[in-house]
Amino acid sequence: MAIAEQQPPAGQAAADRSWHSIVLQTLKRNEVSLIPYVPDRVLTPLIKNLHADPFFTTFATAREEEAVGIVSGAWMGGRRGAVLMQTSGFATLANVLASLAVPYQIPLIMFVSERGTLGEFNYGQSLVCRTMRPVLDSLALEHHTITRLDELEFIADRSIKQAVTTQAPVALILNPLLTGGKVFDK
Amino acid sequence: MTTRNTKVMNRFDVTSRLIAKLKHEEAVVGGIGNTNFDLWAAGHRPQNFYMLGSMGLAFPIALGVALAQPDRRVFALEGDGSLLMQLGALSTIAALKPKNLIMIVMDNGIYQITGAQPTPAAGVADLVAIALGSGLANSAWAADEEDFERLVDEAMLADEPSLIALRIDDKPGVGTTRRDPVQIRERFMHGLGVREPL
Repeated sequence: MAIAEQQPPAGQAAADRSWHSIVLQTLKRNEVSLIPYVPDRVLTPLIKNLHADPFFTTFATAREEEAVGIVSGAWMGGRRGAVLMQTSGFATLANVLASLAVPYQIPLIMFVSERGTLGEFNYGQSLVCRTMRPVLDSLALEHHTITRLDELEFIADRSIKQAVTTQAPVALILNPLLTGGKVFDK
Repeated sequence: MTTRNTKVMNRFDVTSRLIAKLKHEEAVVGGIGNTNFDLWAAGHRPQNFYMLGSMGLAFPIALGVALAQPDRRVFALEGDGSLLMQLGALSTIAALKPKNLIMIVMDNGIYQITGAQPTPAAGVADLVAIALGSGLANSAWAADEEDFERLVDEAMLADEPSLIALRIDDKPGVGTTRRDPVQIRERFMHGLGVREPL
């Protein structure tokens, strides 16, 4: 079992309290309906549930920057979107952030599943993860690392609203303390 | 499908022919560099979006516009070098099948704006064959200007995404886009009816 999902306390509806259910509901509440992604093992339950919900248009793209282009175009056309990726995918985005999302003032919403920390077993993943926050900081780009289930809804909801109203990108980094991360198997 | 019998056309001329056909506030996304400059020179429209970077993303940006506004036809103008940088986008578009998206590829085989170096695909790769292989069945080389206009007319009535490729010469763009990203984006959103001017 590669995904160590957080289990809800007994008696609570599992679908309502999982991190991925909270992300899905927060997207929906903020009318973020276009969700291109590049897959990540940890994001699998979120992606599966987004596909299953007709409110969302959810699809895979070949590269993360392609997904950024799509949600940027969609926002200019009046539809909100968010991009899902893992840290290695974020590492491919410096050019599109600096030449599209930031200068054109586009509220690009990114959910980044954090690899490379808290038990990472792939040296390349741990190195690429260390490039992420310096890139975000160098562009003065808003970002939050979410580690706690009880803070997830507040951070995600407020961050989406801030991105839209300030017309600025935001990165929400989903830490293994929240998602369980990917554990060593193969 | 081969480029062998296609005429070498001029980017500004074919861009002007395209713009002259747009009567319904169709959106046009211009790729970086000369593709963009000729779009500007063909006559600014509020429904034009001019990229100032993010090479290769004209088709993805246009796809986003097309998904947000399914009742509006959306054109994207891309150079061959830019398309090579983002070939995966062709498969994404083929999978989503947005019927209102029309992709136009201006192929001169060179990175013209950086000093006319040949692209790694020059002389060996067939971009229409790549598009067809990516799942975009409605893809064709334009044989000449009249054929281009015919293909545009067909694409505007098609119920699937279209890709039209043209061989073009190495003449530089006629104009130069203004370089204010926020103004470009805001005007575009006005043109698409998403925003009202202050």
